[in-house]
Parts: sequence; structure tokens; C-alpha cells
Amino acid sequence: MSPNRCFQNPPPDLDLSRLTGLLIVIEGPDSSGRSTHVNLLTKWLEQKGYSVVQTGLKRSMLVGPELDQAKKGNTLSPRTMSLFYATDFYDQMENTLVPALHSGAVALADRYIFTLMARDLVRGTEPSWLESLYSRALVADAVFYLKVPMQTLVGRTLHAHGRLDYWESGMDLGLSRDWFESFLRYQKRLNDEFMSLHKKYHFDIINANRSVNAIQKDLRARVEKLLTGFNLEAHSV
Amino acid sequence: MKEKKSYPGKLIAFEGLDGSGKSTQINLVQRWLAGQGCRVFHTAWESSEMVKEALRRGRKQQLFTPTTFSLLYATDFADRYEHQILPMLRGGFIVLCDRYIFTSFARDGVRGCDPGWLRELYGFAHMPDITFYLDLPLHIALDRVFRARQQLNYFEAGMDLGLSQDIQESYRLYQGRVFDQYMKMVNQFAFAMIDATRNIHDQQEQLREQIASRLDLTEYGERGSA
Repeated sequence: MSPNRCFQNPPPDLDLSRLTGLLIVIEGPDSSGRSTHVNLLTKWLEQKGYSVVQTGLKRSMLVGPELDQAKKGNTLSPRTMSLFYATDFYDQMENTLVPALHSGAVALADRYIFTLMARDLVRGTEPSWLESLYSRALVADAVFYLKVPMQTLVGRTLHAHGRLDYWESGMDLGLSRDWFESFLRYQKRLNDEFMSLHKKYHFDIINANRSVNAIQKDLRARVEKLLTGFNLEAHSV
Repeated sequence: MKEKKSYPGKLIAFEGLDGSGKSTQINLVQRWLAGQGCRVFHTAWESSEMVKEALRRGRKQQLFTPTTFSLLYATDFADRYEHQILPMLRGGFIVLCDRYIFTSFARDGVRGCDPGWLRELYGFAHMPDITFYLDLPLHIALDRVFRARQQLNYFEAGMDLGLSQDIQESYRLYQGRVFDQYMKMVNQFAFAMIDATRNIHDQQEQLREQIASRLDLTEYGERGSA
């Protein structure tokens, strides 16, 4: 069950032998409840005695600060942003994920290459270019995609932040000058891209239009199954 | 996002080892083209402040890997390409690039990045209309750099590769590998070779001749048709 391989060629100089940990990815649109569930899973796993390491977007030591800065300025082209996020992703993969998996920990990724790809695809980036860009990424043991209907998403976003966010509304795309309208169109397009990625990468789709408890219970049951295989393997090493 | 249709400008890249005289020759080419009434723009392979900061941190905390090193430079180039080079080309300028994507192919190649991956990574950038390679034997290039007592910086000296603790020795070994990478690209990317052992004036004559024979300079005038 251990992710001992990448989609294509692994990055140079990276030791991918004996990755005894487990890589679990939680994907889903903004306000789908990803972070809540990542945190709940972390607590639960730690209580069960597993070491947990989290990763997410913009958290790399290398370019995290610059990326935050760039996002505020919104002066960079989509291509530049795309490469910036890729740098951030691989920095975390090579410096956080791989060491965690070497040590046998459970790595929980709050978003992964799929969010990055979906965002770029909406902005017209060539699929083949993105595929090559992320071909060095680790294949996860499971990708849970939290699926929420648009109406719920709108309500949650507004409820959580009291306002719409520039990027989450895809304002850089010029879909509409009306933020609400732009938000709807952008999230719809993102959803379409996620679903086309699902066809290719086969996510585990989780119905996230339920209570936090119900969703968490569902996730735990699925993770439990992964852990069974994981423990067997860990003991045999 | 890549501009599929052609643009009215022309892209001329200059590649070669440190010390091969690229800047000197580019300045003279620029002077000449401007004198001919051409719209000309000169851009160098320089890092933005943003990237310099990340490079500093990456070095201090030993964070770099071949992949992130490569991606960070690609990020910086994408910004310069889309904000500067491409608009200039579309605006009908002759754009002179002091180093272009081949510099990254060479440097990242030395660090073990797969050529196919690199080619795809930089696939958004147009291939130059002419790529001049200022060809200088490795020992002469090294000699020039050392004689100029140029301050070698950590990454330019390839210190991240751990070839040697001594910065001069590391630079020497690193440049040797960069040179090998360049040599592999000569035919693949149809480099126009300029013998950089000749005197500056002769090289410049050769450059001007080649440019004049491959470009219709009248198209790039201030009141040109472009």
C-alpha cells in the first residue's frame, strides 16, 4: 500500500525506497470542509498511535512567503503562478512528505496536485504541460474528494468569511465584473475540471453534503481499511 | 495560453559560458541595430528580487533539490517572458536575450533533471529565431573569469552539487559540466556557432553579417510595417 512510486519519472536525487508510511490526500473545492476533516482525522489517528504529518498549499519553507506576497499583488501571470505553486508543491513533497513516509508516518495532504491542475486548467493551461509538470509527484494511497453542491458551497463561503475572496471567485479570469456571478461561474468550471481529473485519476468521491460527523465517520471507515493493509505491511518490513 | 500564431518581432538568443563575452557582443549588436533605426530590446537572465530571496533561504536552510531549483528559475523566467519578452515580440521588437532557456537546460541538466521534462517545462516559451553560441574552450573561459577576479556566488559556482568544498574548484568542475551540456545541444537546437577566441571586432562582424542575412531589418524600423 505504500506510495513507492511517482506518476512518471521520480525527481532526481530523491530516495524513494522504503516509503513505509501512508499518503492520504483530501481534495475538494474551497469551503468543502477539507481542513476540518484533516484536523479531525489527525486527532483520531494520533489517538490511535499513528504519527501524522500534514501538508497543504503555500506551506513550503522555500517559497511560501513569496507565494503569499505574489497572491496579494495579483500581478503575476497564470503561468508564473502555476510554476510558483509547483515549486511550493515539490518543496513540500521532497522535504516534508518523503521524509514523513520514510519514517512510517501517515501523511495527510490538505489538497494536492489536483487542485493545482484544476485551477490551471480553468485558466487555459495545456493539460499535457500540467501532466508533465506534476509527473514527478507521488501517487497517493487514496484521494478523498469532498463533493458539495454549488448552493451549499455558496452558503458556506459567505457564512464562513462574510465576503467573497478575489481568487476563490476567479476574478482574475474576467468572467464577470459581478463578484457573485463570477464566483458561481468559476466554481462551476473548477468542479467540471475536478470531475474530468476524477475520470483520469479515480478519486474516492465523498458526499460532503452531510453533517461533519457523518462525513468524518465515513472518512474514518475508509482510512481504517487503508490502515489494515498498512499495518500488515509495516509488520512485514 | 501559448501564443500559437506568429508575432512580428524576432527573438535572438546568445548563449555561452561565463566569460565568453556575451554581454560585450550583445551591447555592440544592440548599438548597431538601434543605429539602423530598428526597435530593439535587450534582456538578461537575471533573477528577480523575489527569487533571490527564495534562493537565499533555500541555500541557508539546505532546502534545494534539483526539482525545486529548476522550478524556481522557471517561475522567474515565466514572469519575465510573459511580462517582457513576449509583449516586445508582439510589439514588433527585435529582442536580444543574454542567455535563454538553454542556460536552464544546461544548469538543470547538470543537476540531473531529465531533458524531456525540461523541454516540456519550458514548452511555453518560443524557440529563438537565431541562437548564437559564443564558443570558447573551457580553459580559456575559466581563465578569463578567474583573471577578472569575479566574485563567484554559491549557485553560479555549483556549490549545491557538492563537487568540492573549494569554491574555485567547484566552479571549475561545474563549468566543465555545463560546457558538456551545451555541446549536447549544439545540433539539436541549431546553435549558430561564433568562434569566441577571435577578437571582439571580428566576432561582431560575423554576428552582424548573420543577423543581416537572416532578418529583413527594414521591417523593424520605428515606422516599419510591423
